[in-house]
Amino acid sequence: MTDAATLFGLCAAALVGIGLYAFIVNPQPLRKIVAFNVIGNGVFVLFGVIARRGGMLEWGGDPVPQALLITGLVVAFSATALAVALLLRLADETGAATLAADAPEGAKADAGAGDG
Amino acid sequence: MMEAFNVGLALLILALAVWTVVARDTFAAVVGFVAYGLLLTLVWVQLHGIDVALTEAALGSGLTGALLIGAAARLRKTEGAARAERPGVSTRVAAALAAGCVTAALAVAVLALPDPAPTLAPETAANIAATGVGNPITAVLLAFRAMDTLLEAIVVLFAMIGVWSLAPDRAWGGRPGPLHRADPDGILAYLARVLPPIGLVVGLYIFWIGADLPGGKFQGATILAAMWLLVVMAGLADTPPIGSARLRIALVAGPVVFIAIGAAGVATAGAFLAYPDGLAKPLIKVIEWALLPSLALTLALILAGAPERPAK
Repeated sequence: MTDAATLFGLCAAALVGIGLYAFIVNPQPLRKIVAFNVIGNGVFVLFGVIARRGGMLEWGGDPVPQALLITGLVVAFSATALAVALLLRLADETGAATLAADAPEGAKADAGAGDG
Repeated sequence: MMEAFNVGLALLILALAVWTVVARDTFAAVVGFVAYGLLLTLVWVQLHGIDVALTEAALGSGLTGALLIGAAARLRKTEGAARAERPGVSTRVAAALAAGCVTAALAVAVLALPDPAPTLAPETAANIAATGVGNPITAVLLAFRAMDTLLEAIVVLFAMIGVWSLAPDRAWGGRPGPLHRADPDGILAYLARVLPPIGLVVGLYIFWIGADLPGGKFQGATILAAMWLLVVMAGLADTPPIGSARLRIALVAGPVVFIAIGAAGVATAGAFLAYPDGLAKPLIKVIEWALLPSLALTLALILAGAPERPAK
């Protein structure tokens, strides 16, 4: 029982690391969003491990952190959806999905024309 | 046996997580992420969080996966240029060091977790009878920590407003997403006719049993949202114009009922979101029934994206 919790706890620690590395290194914004979700999954699983360790005879896990996890998953989805919508709009305006500072130059004229 | 399964599961998840980092094609990385999300569902089962597993399968892997796959397909033509911005070796080494340090610190923390673990399970067990519901998670979500759930429902709504606000001016008030057309005799249109009745039953069942067994409104609402999106993607129905007053009322109805019941608690039970004695279960039911359609609609519209076409 404790073994599974520890095993997945270590797995979660690795997920946070993998996600963090990907978040820094991958230049594509969509990949950063995926990486951010991997970090989030790691944090959630860590919290799930803590919930599991707090389980009593009656319940396999502490229901309070488990309920907060459900809230967390819903909020993470909302944030991801908002980030993706921002990215798609950026790509529509500039024709390029990039976070490089000099890229959206040509976009300003387009944006002005598009909103008229 | 279980031990081997768990180790295999952990290794597979880590391998898929690495795949999302190293895959050259973003589309391939995102598909890997969906498979990884489904495997995470099994981790939640192994951690005895069945409610969380249902949420992960429906939302974390399902809806998020659909969202990311859709975005990856739309951004495909921008891929090449973005890939060229890959940082140099020194940045990558520094990132690997930083990520390694974070992982090591977390691993040490996991191994040093206190024993016996702190837990709120006894308090929940002692007070769950007052709420009248049998599923402790539902009791936490709608009684002990109802404030979190209220704010969460509002966060989802705000995220949808945020997505809408990204509409170009000419499309404001119009319909979200592109107009989908599919072969009316094709497999997609066929499934969009066959699956929704089944999905409706499953979604409502998961919602209904949530009071006493794993399940609940978020999981149920996600399944309902997915069914509706399937119908939209098959071209059998269109997304509603966001300027519609009826749509907007349906979207805010759930949170408004929740807030109204919470405010009534100030008068009847002495605190915001407190329930009078004996009325906890019926009030929780009312809140859940009010939230289900609003949440399903909000989640579906978040996924449908910003308005792109004038309503006409």
